[in-house]
Amino acid sequence: MVRDGDTLAIEGFTHLISFAAGHEVIRQRRRDLTLCRLTPDVVYDQMVGAGVASKLVFSWMGNPGVGSLHAIRRRVEHHDPAPLELEEYSHFGMVGHYAAGAANLPFWPLRSYFETDLPKVNPNIRPVTSPFGGEPVFAVPPLNPDVAVVHAQRADAAGDTQIWGLTGCQKEAAFAASRVIVVVEELVAEEVVRADPNRTLIPGIKVDAVVVCPRGAHPSYAQGYYDRDNRFYLEWDRISRDPEALEGWLDEWVHGTATHEEYVEKLGTERWAELTPAPALSGSVDYGDYR
Amino acid sequence: MGDFSKNEMLVVAGARALAGKRVCFVGIGLPNIAVALAQRTVAPAIELIYESGVYGARPARLPLSIGDPCLVTGATAAMSMVELFSYYLQGGLVDVGFLGAAQLDRFGNINTTVIGGYDRPKVRLPGSGGACEIAINAREVFVLMRQSARSFVERIDFRTSPGNLGGAALRAAQGWQGRGPSVVVTDLGRYGFDPDTGEMVLEAVHPGVTEADVRAATGWDLRVAGDLEVTPDPTDEELRLIREELDPDGVYVKG
Repeated sequence: MVRDGDTLAIEGFTHLISFAAGHEVIRQRRRDLTLCRLTPDVVYDQMVGAGVASKLVFSWMGNPGVGSLHAIRRRVEHHDPAPLELEEYSHFGMVGHYAAGAANLPFWPLRSYFETDLPKVNPNIRPVTSPFGGEPVFAVPPLNPDVAVVHAQRADAAGDTQIWGLTGCQKEAAFAASRVIVVVEELVAEEVVRADPNRTLIPGIKVDAVVVCPRGAHPSYAQGYYDRDNRFYLEWDRISRDPEALEGWLDEWVHGTATHEEYVEKLGTERWAELTPAPALSGSVDYGDYR
Repeated sequence: MGDFSKNEMLVVAGARALAGKRVCFVGIGLPNIAVALAQRTVAPAIELIYESGVYGARPARLPLSIGDPCLVTGATAAMSMVELFSYYLQGGLVDVGFLGAAQLDRFGNINTTVIGGYDRPKVRLPGSGGACEIAINAREVFVLMRQSARSFVERIDFRTSPGNLGGAALRAAQGWQGRGPSVVVTDLGRYGFDPDTGEMVLEAVHPGVTEADVRAATGWDLRVAGDLEVTPDPTDEELRLIREELDPDGVYVKG
């Protein structure tokens, strides 16, 4: 469902980032993608390092809690092996960029960017005045990705998708996108979704495909299922500094595994045991039976 | 001077500056530890808000990123980022926004985008994240950073987040709801801002640091308060909290 030249959003604010989808895009050797996300982190560094992307639309780039994204920095600072086009916002600007796309609005206004250099380097950030009294604000245009990938804890067969924990911008990205792929830890019965409708992030009507891929967010995490693998994020700092080491890692862990299942097995049961949290149940609420 | 590191002093001074504050928008690393220390000492009622979408976090361990799952478990609220930025930050609920800087100028303007030119920078930094809107919309801004002549500069290469622009009057004339930078804490000292000119003023040096040390690590002709203080040493309790509870492995505070 991802084609060469597409604009692709694999959202997730640290939480529920579909590394499995990113790796599949690398395996398929897609080219010339525009990658969107508030926080391009390790999976986008891997994708940029693998040569699938020609442009980033983003608001903060880094390896969260660790440091830099070295494959991306090589492209930006040294054009090595080629330049990478950047379209840069702040977080709220990027949020509004998706939200305008999701709501079918021509722009999203925000009280940001005043007296900064960001509008000078991104002509999509423009000053506008309120029609109600002339107050100045800034506006960003809609973003409508060709494809959005959302990793989630669970969905039913119709694609009704539920998550808990950090919800980031997944909802906005999904509603803004033309095609939506949901990757889930668990496929559940429709009744499970209907028993807790407040937890639904995206209804099936917006979802084009459901992929069942347990642990598909590793080394990111799924709240309650497995922890963030901070050790991997630290290791990536070392791997990504050296283009040969990066190439070797991709050969071993992405091209060298046919599916995410193989990748999960390769990590080993000990690693997974370390990453499994103790339970902290939410209790339950009473929606009421109104027959 | 007692036995403590420069980063420990930075964290302690940052925490003390938060006395009495209520809602603090916080980043990861040293600011996070400073706020956690404040919560256990001078500001027990402080609520932590993270741009990942958490309000009222009570993390049971040291979060290694602002999206760490430990921030969600036990928090008051987990919300979408639209809600966080629209209703909480732009809606005016945030007292203090904590920001870091790669470069800072004398008016508290911040660069976290590039060193060098934008199109082919010498160093590509992370960019704004939420910093630009925090700098405009939080009631006040604290900057926490390590200081050197390379980070405290006459001219920043890129203005990611506005401070006092070219002077306090210029900032005030904008009519933004946030009054901008009020405190800067570095590993060398603590700064306030002159209400008339909007310029940073050195108010305290940390133990063992001289005014000359600070001047050598500042890229402009620094203003110094007439009654320059020396920051009191970290207390045993402050050091114990940092070393035993907040950063037991020394991930951030070591060095």
